[in-house]
Amino acid sequence: MSGDVAGELRVVLAVVLQTVVVVAAAPLLVGVLRQVRARWEGRVGQGLLQPWRDLVKLARKEPLQASGSTVVAWVAPVVVLGSGLLLAALVPTVTTAGPARLPADLFVVVSVLLVGTVALGLLGLDAGSAFGGMGSSRHLTIAALVEPTVLLAVYALSVPVGSTALGPIVEGRLADPGRVVAPAGVLAVVALAIAVIAETARIPVDNPSTHLELTMVHEAMVLESSGRDLAAVELGSWLRLSVLLALVANLVVPWGVATAGEGGPGLTALAVGVVAVVVKTAASGVVLATAEVFMAKLRLFRVPELLTGSFVLAFLAVTGSYVIG
Amino acid sequence: MSSGDASQAVAVLAGLELLTAVLLAWRGPASSPRGPLAVQGFALAGLVAVIGVAEDEPVLWLVALLVGVLKGVVLPTLVVRRPVRAAGAAGRPAVTAAVPAVLRPAAVRGRSRVPLLLGAAGLVVVAYLAARPVARVVTGATGQALPVGFALVLVGFALLATGRRSQSQLVGFLVLDNGIATTAFLATGGVPLVVELGVSLDVLLVVLVLQVLGSRIDTAFGAGAPGGTDLDQLRELHD
Repeated sequence: MSGDVAGELRVVLAVVLQTVVVVAAAPLLVGVLRQVRARWEGRVGQGLLQPWRDLVKLARKEPLQASGSTVVAWVAPVVVLGSGLLLAALVPTVTTAGPARLPADLFVVVSVLLVGTVALGLLGLDAGSAFGGMGSSRHLTIAALVEPTVLLAVYALSVPVGSTALGPIVEGRLADPGRVVAPAGVLAVVALAIAVIAETARIPVDNPSTHLELTMVHEAMVLESSGRDLAAVELGSWLRLSVLLALVANLVVPWGVATAGEGGPGLTALAVGVVAVVVKTAASGVVLATAEVFMAKLRLFRVPELLTGSFVLAFLAVTGSYVIG
Repeated sequence: MSSGDASQAVAVLAGLELLTAVLLAWRGPASSPRGPLAVQGFALAGLVAVIGVAEDEPVLWLVALLVGVLKGVVLPTLVVRRPVRAAGAAGRPAVTAAVPAVLRPAAVRGRSRVPLLLGAAGLVVVAYLAARPVARVVTGATGQALPVGFALVLVGFALLATGRRSQSQLVGFLVLDNGIATTAFLATGGVPLVVELGVSLDVLLVVLVLQVLGSRIDTAFGAGAPGGTDLDQLRELHD
């Protein structure tokens, strides 16, 4: 009995460690993305720590609300940040272990994602400005097209494992590396990667560094936020980006992640897991930023085509996982 | 090579063929079909080679070489080749080539690929359902992947039926043919060299004839767009 309690405690500690690592690393990942882009464009860049400095600066400032904004303007940033933190705790990045009471189930993760998406959409609508509403409408359109793909892709990955929890899926790929190159798995991961790019508002779906009225999606929604609220919204979005990127990296290269094992992951495994996930996510961030430099943003009316394509890939992965493995 | 390895290789190659078929349906009007077609051809050749190794039939290696050269190199190159203008029209600039690109609506902007993509997904399911009784009869490592051949045939038909230019219809034809070849190889565990030689020559001839026909149509209607004349330009008769 005491062994159970000790094991559960270790799992909780591992999850707390994972959350802390992701929170510490998320702004750094954004720094890596911006720095790589700057170097490719021939600029010196702002350094890896700039997103952290921005966050600290914003967190010290008093949030100003537009006149006519409601309680949503106060609550939504907290919800966005909360959903990001919950994702960081749930999704297997450092360790595949998770509390038994709240499994990182496919549906739990997608609903947590959706809660953040809807809160951000409401935040954009709240002040009643034209840009905010436009951004929210685009954001929710994209979200409506992305969620089925995420569900289907993870479902296809869950078929060979027999569990829809993300932890066992990553562990299954670690135990049987043949699954990483199996056609259904490849299709599902490609579909998931496209969905993640759309979900986290990267090029070619949205340009994270633009303030051009006609094209901005994410930036349009946070225009009315300032100070602490803006810091919360930004950190929440960055957490979402890092967690999803780390999840894709863990699915493609499952090695190094700390498995649950008997009685929770050990200290060495956790240390290896931290190093592995930081390296993997940084590498995938470099790849992502490099790919973005050579890509133009899609017209908004072309975005459904891209997302339909990824949906079809996910769909083929599901049918394929029953037939050709 | 054990049968487990063989069935894994067959699955990967069949998945590659299916992926390239979807990419060909996904492709915008500006991108070249050459890459995906070549990958599909090489995947088919690889499939033949794997079957040859698994069934220990050296003659299949020759077939694989033939398929690889024809479907991986020759046919994709033929499809994207700009048709040579007929001798009579050589000096005369094409009439519609002078029209600004913006005024050629469908040929430039392209149509939404969403219906075709979703249709392709539906066709793949139909193929899986249709191939299930056949796949049960086929023994060995290959029966499992048989639905992919059916799916390629159906997606190829869809591309052929919905293509608006001679090039995209040709692409549909080639996907269809790759599907037939995949089904034949997977269902029978290899096709005799003579049969494969005959079929390959047929396909080569058809593609050549269609290329000449397409270039004739282009000359008559003066299309400047890559990929040939759009169907919308064929509404009225010309001399």
